Amino acid sequence: MSKFIIAALVENKFGVLARISGLFSARGFNISSLAVGETEDPEVSRMTIVVDADEKILEQVKKQLNKLIEVITVYDLTGGEYVDRELILVKVKAASTDIREKIVQVVDSTGAEIVDIGKKSVTVEESGDEHRIKALVELLRPYGILEIVRTGKIALQSDA
Amino acid sequence: MAKLKGAEILVKSLCKEGVRHIFGYPGGSVLPLYDALYDEKSITFHLTRHEQGAVHAADGYARATGEVGVCMATSGPGATNLVTGIATAHMDSIPMIAITGQVKSVLIGNDAFQEADIVGITRSVTKHNYLIKDVSEVARTVKEAFHIARTGRPGPVLIDLPVDVQMLEAEFEYPRTIEMRSYNPVLKGHPGQIKKIADAVEKSQRPLIYAGGGIILSGASQELTRFARKSNLPVTTTMMGLGGFPEDDPLSLGMLGMHGTAYANHAVQEADLIIAVGARFDDRVTGRIDDFAPRSTIVHIDVDPSSVGKNVKVDIPVIGDAKSILADLTSVVNRKECPEWHEKISSWKKQLPLTYRKDDKLRPQYVVERICELTKGRDVIVSTEVGQNQMWAAQFYTYTRPRTWLSSGGLGTMGYGLPAAIGAKVGCPDAVVFDIAGDGSIQMNIQELATAVIEKLPVKIAILNNGWLGMVRQWQELFYKKRYAFVGLAEDVDKYCPDFVKLAESYGALGIRVKEKNQVDAAIEKALEVDGPVVMDFVIEREENVYPMVPAGEAIDRMIHGLA
Ligand SMILES: Cc1ncc(C[n+]2csc(CCOP(=O)(O)OP(=O)(O)O)c2C)c(N)n1
Repeated sequence: MSKFIIAALVENKFGVLARISGLFSARGFNISSLAVGETEDPEVSRMTIVVDADEKILEQVKKQLNKLIEVITVYDLTGGEYVDRELILVKVKAASTDIREKIVQVVDSTGAEIVDIGKKSVTVEESGDEHRIKALVELLRPYGILEIVRTGKIALQSDA
Repeated sequence: MAKLKGAEILVKSLCKEGVRHIFGYPGGSVLPLYDALYDEKSITFHLTRHEQGAVHAADGYARATGEVGVCMATSGPGATNLVTGIATAHMDSIPMIAITGQVKSVLIGNDAFQEADIVGITRSVTKHNYLIKDVSEVARTVKEAFHIARTGRPGPVLIDLPVDVQMLEAEFEYPRTIEMRSYNPVLKGHPGQIKKIADAVEKSQRPLIYAGGGIILSGASQELTRFARKSNLPVTTTMMGLGGFPEDDPLSLGMLGMHGTAYANHAVQEADLIIAVGARFDDRVTGRIDDFAPRSTIVHIDVDPSSVGKNVKVDIPVIGDAKSILADLTSVVNRKECPEWHEKISSWKKQLPLTYRKDDKLRPQYVVERICELTKGRDVIVSTEVGQNQMWAAQFYTYTRPRTWLSSGGLGTMGYGLPAAIGAKVGCPDAVVFDIAGDGSIQMNIQELATAVIEKLPVKIAILNNGWLGMVRQWQELFYKKRYAFVGLAEDVDKYCPDFVKLAESYGALGIRVKEKNQVDAAIEKALEVDGPVVMDFVIEREENVYPMVPAGEAIDRMIHGLA
């Protein structure tokens, strides 16, 4: 099993997301992440789906997606050149002023951003590719991570 | 332009699609539709006795005629009663439109009286489905729905129409064309791939055609027959493909698979080239998949790309419509001389024929053979229920024409046969329509006898009555040490329940009981002569089994053979 990244252009209509997620659950395919949003054409949404699969399952996933009436195009980005980004918010324990300052320092050095400072915690925002996100999480882990939320990957083919 | 109500628009749109029959059942949420249909003289409405009867009748109508079958039900329980039949049609790729009423738009999601999220419920058993929220969308939706149902790999499409939308008004203009950027099935096969098939035939020594239901659906029987005869290739069909190639042709090996002929299954295992057309390598066909056709190059022709490479590795895939691809293939293929292969097949045919014990007991295979024999030369359609009856009907009747075999293959739905026979009779009034049934299955939609009697649809029901849920009993006999858990339908050996003759009579049909082999012909002849529905209750050998049989999970040449 490895992770594959697929993009699907779909009609922007109600029920489409349910159809797609239903397809995955009905066939026992596992979605690792799914991000949806409108495109430059308001009648079309783009879904970026990261799936845990082997080559054979991936092939079926693509064909089954294509078979759905409201799916316009399916791209398999995995093999080619693409840029991908994900946004993450990490809430870290920060009980004292000392620790808070330390976290601020550490975060500054990475290019991530502090978006909220509370009495007992600090929330950090980062966006980037998987590598960057992972690095931040590892950096913050020693302080004690309280909560993480991620948007799931979005990706575009590069025309390089 | 004059405005019409949503219900009227729907009915007018159905007319534009050429619909002449609707099978259905009423309720609060379809009253406006019902009312609009009351005035529409070009559509005949068939009131069934259960929504499941309506959906299977629409399915039988579609299979027998090749047209889109249409059924209708009210919201909530009416709609959920359609689900089994929609799933049945979906598994066998039958073009169908199911129309359901829905509660008022403003009540949707409120757990209103008779509300069911039928679009959600049927998402995985339809090719596509719609909830129409805007009356101006009705006509276009119907146009799209029919287009989707009948093109590409066909299938059922459900349209859910809230009762208030049925009453709102809009201008009616039926779209002439349909543009869907997201749905464009490929029809023409790639010429390069087709050439590759011809080359593979050239190179092969033991070629075999494996044809499925796609042949029937695409209307490709003639093309298949021409291709097989020109290239001199033997043909086996799946159960869904029965009638797609004439079984009385010397090239025919009959049906393959779990209860297929021994010679078809051996041929698959020995073949060095298999050309699969409109078939999907179902597990009931392939047996143990790793051992399926181990020596063979595999060609797969199918209109549905997701079928190709799903279960087996395919060497030469061709996406497109079977009819056009087979025609193209025929023009580039040469006659294949492979006398040793044909010789081998003939010797299997001689050594391992389909047969049964021919004594003076009343055996089900004999009944099916006699139905076949006594209706020779007539226009006959056979529908079946599910279980042993279905397999005997597949094995012992000789199918020579497409759309003469109606049976629930993919889903295996008991209760399919009688309503499907009714739908077929509506679509093909000149045909003799038989439902070959088991005593278990027939009770699942027996209420449709009333529909047959009242609508004067003289279907002929042949119950192969063994007093058991026979196919389950057979598995228990063979694989569960004869522990016949909860499968007996009779109170006692001579006390069958119900009395099908009296039951038939209570509906106003003719009932005939047959207990002796020598009464079989007379019963069938009587049934053919009577101008009305007939129930023949054949009280057969109780523990007769279907053979050959490939145990589930075994390679398909590992068959259990019956006593010849
Ligand atoms: C709706 C439904 N329920 C259960 C089954 C499982 N099943 C398959 S065959 C069979 C027995 C059928 O009995 P009967 O109709 O008497 O036919 P026979 O096998 O005796 O010919 C059953 C219960 C099914 N196919 N469909």
